[in-house]
Amino acid sequence: MSCVVTRLLQVIAMDAVILSRLQFAFTIGYHILWPTYTIGISSYVACLSFLWWRTGNTVYRDLMRFWTRLFAMGFGMGVITGVVLSYEIGANWSAYAHVVSNVLSPLFMYEALSAFFLEAGFIGIVLFGEGRVSRGTHFFACCMVALGSLLSATWILAANSWMQTPAGAVRDAAGIFHPVSWVAIIFNPSFPFRFMHMVCASFLTGAFVVAGVSAFYMWKRRNLDTAHVAFSMAMWTVLILAPTQLVLGDMQGLNTREHQPTKLAAMEGLWDSGNGVAATLIAWPDMAKEKNLYEVAVPKLGSLYLTHSWNGYVQGLKAVPARDRPYVPIVFFAFRGMVGIGLVLLATAITGAILRWRGQLFTTRWFQLLAMAVTPLGFLAVLCGWTVTETGRQPFLVYGVLRTADAVSPISAAAVTTSLTIFIVVYNLLLLAFFWYGALTILRGPTGEKATPHSVRPGIDESAPAVLVSGTRAAHPAAGD
Amino acid sequence: MGTSIFFACVTAFAVVVYVLADGFDLGVGILFLLAPRDEDRDIMMQSIEPVWDGNETWLVMGGLLLYAGFPAGYYILMPAFYLPVMLMLFALIFRGISFGFRFQDPRLRPIWDLAFAGGSLFATFAQGLILGGIVNGVPVVDNAFAGGPFAFFSIEGVLCGLGLVFGYALLGAGWLIWKTEGPTQAFGRAAGRWSLIFTAIMMALVSAWTALSNAEVATRWFSFPNIVFLGPVPTITAIVIVGIWFSLESRHEIRPFLLSILLFFLGLAGLVVSLWPYVIPGEITIWDAASDRATQIFAGVGVAIILPIVLAYQAHAYWVFRGKTVPGGENAYHASEP
Repeated sequence: MSCVVTRLLQVIAMDAVILSRLQFAFTIGYHILWPTYTIGISSYVACLSFLWWRTGNTVYRDLMRFWTRLFAMGFGMGVITGVVLSYEIGANWSAYAHVVSNVLSPLFMYEALSAFFLEAGFIGIVLFGEGRVSRGTHFFACCMVALGSLLSATWILAANSWMQTPAGAVRDAAGIFHPVSWVAIIFNPSFPFRFMHMVCASFLTGAFVVAGVSAFYMWKRRNLDTAHVAFSMAMWTVLILAPTQLVLGDMQGLNTREHQPTKLAAMEGLWDSGNGVAATLIAWPDMAKEKNLYEVAVPKLGSLYLTHSWNGYVQGLKAVPARDRPYVPIVFFAFRGMVGIGLVLLATAITGAILRWRGQLFTTRWFQLLAMAVTPLGFLAVLCGWTVTETGRQPFLVYGVLRTADAVSPISAAAVTTSLTIFIVVYNLLLLAFFWYGALTILRGPTGEKATPHSVRPGIDESAPAVLVSGTRAAHPAAGD
Repeated sequence: MGTSIFFACVTAFAVVVYVLADGFDLGVGILFLLAPRDEDRDIMMQSIEPVWDGNETWLVMGGLLLYAGFPAGYYILMPAFYLPVMLMLFALIFRGISFGFRFQDPRLRPIWDLAFAGGSLFATFAQGLILGGIVNGVPVVDNAFAGGPFAFFSIEGVLCGLGLVFGYALLGAGWLIWKTEGPTQAFGRAAGRWSLIFTAIMMALVSAWTALSNAEVATRWFSFPNIVFLGPVPTITAIVIVGIWFSLESRHEIRPFLLSILLFFLGLAGLVVSLWPYVIPGEITIWDAASDRATQIFAGVGVAIILPIVLAYQAHAYWVFRGKTVPGGENAYHASEP
């Protein structure tokens, strides 16, 4: 009887782990879409605010207001889904929160202190401040919001990277980490590469969103003056960033080979260690048989891009016991998804450059369709990339040290099932609402046809510089109704 | 030792700022559906729109200060209050997102009205459940939470939840009297009177229940010499409540808000007296819960340097959006072509 109870308790404990993993994966995967979007778009808005301030060209003003509206919706989604995560760490992963508290808690705290407050303190001015602060101050506020989003990425990626490549801390007999060097903790071996890779991914994804929306207007032959400016800016940006991202990805790969060889072996589907390993293009990695089925591979190529030498040594999955390996197929296919999308985006960027050189950038109809089609791909690549790095770290939460199964809270599986179900329903509804209102905003356009009926502004207007108010009114005869 | 006291003060400060700042904007949400006209709702929401995000950030800050300074408090309390924490988060999601979506499309506006008001109400009630639950005590074995998913439930929590709903509504009414005019302001005054009556009743109930059910807290308040210092607190509280009542009747526009803040200060001070020096009553003190000294110092230096700057630019944001929220002005964000 007691044996049955023990077994039952084991099943329940296992369930709380799996359910908490599912819940965290779902909520953090959903969350990362919004920072990806807002990191890119906030910098774009700051750029437009600067151009409007310095040139006085109303095209920049219209674009700035339009992208500020689209930015605001994404920013709100990022804030609320981010608050969830800061509480989930304690609620679902209290054993993890306990073990790493001395090392990681200040990093999370610094993120709130330096980044969240900065964004929150200036977002009001970015959204509603036009007309009550000068254009220069508005630009400054835009920069602070963009800076906040980058600082947030800095701290959270430092914490995540420490879980991938822990450094600067010692572990006591009870398993608790204690800090030794904060510089070593923050600038742990994988942090600089992960940071650059993620920030570049955000800018690249944001630029393709701008390109896609502009392509929609060009396809519809409306709002052409703003669409041409935005499309041109976006295509220059992706021409620089798409190849840069390839180089940064390669650097991150070299870093993973050095510090997380098992993850790299799972990404490559490489079972046996050796020199001059092949590059597996596609296969089904069979974990039970410890080999790839239906494999298509190119000899020697793997060593070339993983070590930058034809005969370089790469460690395989069999170098560690089966219980220390991640679930290989997820890592393997997510990695191919990410790289595949990266190549498609690179090809799009180069095609755009060729069309521009020929003077056909704004007139090629099929390229407008292509630009619209690739708009969501950046987000997919980011999800694939995070799946690679997080699933590839398993079965550990802190790589090589703390197992995920030992990190969960003493909570019931039923409680997590309840919250997970609500998260899935609510988040999907919110995504629908976002698409619905995003589509409405895009259809209305940068110089919109109709105003929303209720236009109330918070506070009085006495601080507005007279010249700006008169300029605004001159441009908008309908002001004040 | 010293750094723990420093962190206890900073964490308490963050909680106080959160309760006051997000308190009034949650309160505006609680009163949202009671307002007579759609125009009032527009003005109510727009009066808090530029600042609510900054206010809510203090909730994250408070949680993370607790984690950085007293991790045991964080990793024991979060699983202990799993369900109310999740309820609060879901409520805050609905409430937060309705700011972005409500003004987009008039057809779906009633849905977002409901999301905003319901979200504000449930988030507040969940915070009260957690607060009352902490005062009531949490089962701890081997430095970890040892209870079921419904162990959070307590009479104290329900009373605190109701009290917080009326208290935030009072703060929200004070904000409306200050930041709006005309019919919206008149609604604020009426709502303020009802909120004040129920806040006073709930404060009395929570105090009485705690004194009767919790011997340790009762001893702390009623033993000599504490009673000499603490005795005047209920009297001062009563005077402040009367003061709010008369300020609601008067022509003063900012006084009801300031006095409501004072009332909250007194309530929170009472909470500190009841809890000190425990993070989890009867189980874990701030010294038991403390993180490494190196962690507290590293985090504390940042708090000491950056927090004053944060307060400065938050104050600046309130200054930029000073004055009354009025209908009919053009707004670059809500009206695409004003």
